[in-house]
Amino acid sequence: MRNSSKNRICDLLNIQYPILMGGMSWAGTPKLAAAVSNAGGLGIIGAGAMRAEHLKAAIDQIRALTDKPFGVNVILVSPSADELVDLVIQEHVPVVTFGAGNPSKYIERLKEADIKVIPVVASDNMARMMERIGADAVIAEGMESGGHIGEVTTLVLVNAVCRAVSIPVVAAGGIADGKAMAAMFALGAEGIQMGTRFIATKEADTHQNFKNLIVKSNIRDTVVTGATLGHPARVIETRFAKKVKELEVKSLQEAEEILVGSLRKAVVDGNIEEGSFMAGQCVGLIDEIKSVEDVIKDIINEFHSAVANVIQEANKL
Amino acid sequence: MEEKVFQIIAEQLGIDVGEVSLEKNLMDDLGADSLDMVDLVMAFEDQFGVKISDQDLSKIKTVKDVVEAIKQRS
Ligand SMILES: Cc1cc2nc3c(=O)[nH]c(=O)nc-3n(C[C@H](O)[C@H](O)[C@H](O)COP(=O)(O)O)c2cc1C
Repeated sequence: MRNSSKNRICDLLNIQYPILMGGMSWAGTPKLAAAVSNAGGLGIIGAGAMRAEHLKAAIDQIRALTDKPFGVNVILVSPSADELVDLVIQEHVPVVTFGAGNPSKYIERLKEADIKVIPVVASDNMARMMERIGADAVIAEGMESGGHIGEVTTLVLVNAVCRAVSIPVVAAGGIADGKAMAAMFALGAEGIQMGTRFIATKEADTHQNFKNLIVKSNIRDTVVTGATLGHPARVIETRFAKKVKELEVKSLQEAEEILVGSLRKAVVDGNIEEGSFMAGQCVGLIDEIKSVEDVIKDIINEFHSAVANVIQEANKL
Repeated sequence: MEEKVFQIIAEQLGIDVGEVSLEKNLMDDLGADSLDMVDLVMAFEDQFGVKISDQDLSKIKTVKDVVEAIKQRS
C-alpha cells in the first residue's frame, strides 16, 4: 500500500530514505558519509573542530565518492564557524545541520544560496524559534544520544516538537533499528538521524576499539560527563569516563584539561585510557558491525514490519 | 507590567520572585541557560501579545532589557 505522495524529508533533501547520519566530530568522515548517501540516506560530514581548509578537502573527497546529496554539520561553538559557513556557501553544499545552539545569524545567507538548513534542537520552544527564522526542518535530539546532549528524552522531546512546529521533524537519540523509527513516526517525526549506529559499520573510519566497545556495551553502560563544566556529553563508561566524573567533583580545571582532545583520542587512536568514547544508550541495541547498506536496508524492512505489527494490534482494540 | 515580568521569570526559572530585580543578568545572575531564554521569550510573547524576534532575543541580557523590549513592542 505505497502512497504516491512523498515523504517530506526525502522530498526536501532529494534522498531515497529519510535517514540522516548524525554530524559527528572526528567520526563523521567523508568516506562514511559517502557510504550513507550512496545507500539512499543523507551522509553528513562532521566539521567539528575543522578549519575551512580541512573542510574543503573533506568536501572534495566526498564529491569524489558520491554524486548523491550530502550535508555538513557545523557546531556553533567552533571558533571557525564563520569561515566554515562561508565555505559551505561557496561550495554549494546541499544541506547544513547545526549542532545545538542558535544559527540565526547565518540563515539568511544560506537560504539565499538555496542550501537547506536543519538545526538540532533540544526543546519545543527552540524548535518554534527555528521555524520562525526559516529553518527547513529540525532535528529533535534527546538525551539518550551520544555526544553533547540536552535534558529531555527522545520520547518526550519528539512528541513535543512535533506538536510545536509544522516543518518536518527528524528524530534523533536512541535510534538503532526500524522499530524505533516506527515509534518516532508514530509521534509525528518524518525522518530519523543516527550517530552511534553508523559508527559501528564497516565503512566507518573510527578505530576498531571504538566499534568493539559499542558492540560490547549494554544499555546501562553509558554515562554523562562534563555536566558540571556546562557541556554534558554521553560517553561509554570506561575507566577514563569514571576518572572524569571523579575529577568533576574534586577539580573542575583538571577535568576540563583531560577532556581536551579526548574525542579524537577515542575515534582516531582507539585510546582506551585517555579517550572519550562518545556514544548513545543504543549501544545496548547494537550487537553487530554491519555495512552501511545493510544498516539502512534492515531498518527500512524492520520499519515496515513494526508498522504492520502495530496495525495488527490496533485492530484488536 | 514589571511585576508580571518578574513573576514569569521566577516561575520559568524556578526561583523566588524576591531574587528578581531590574539590574539582574538573566544568565549570569539568575542561572538561565540558552534554552531557558527561548522559553522565557515565548512566555512573554504569550502573556503580553508582543513579538520578540530572534535578533531581539540576542540583545536581551538583563531583566531591564526584557521590560524595555516589551514596552517598545506593546
Ligand atoms: C562520536 C559522536 C560525535 C558527535 N559529534 C557531533 C557534532 O559534532 N555535532 C552534532 O551536532 N552532533 C554530534 N553528535 C550527535 C549525533 O549527530 C547524533 O545526533 C546522535 O549521535 C544521535 O544519537 P544516537 O547516537 O543515539 O544515534 C555526535 C555523536 C557521537 C556519537
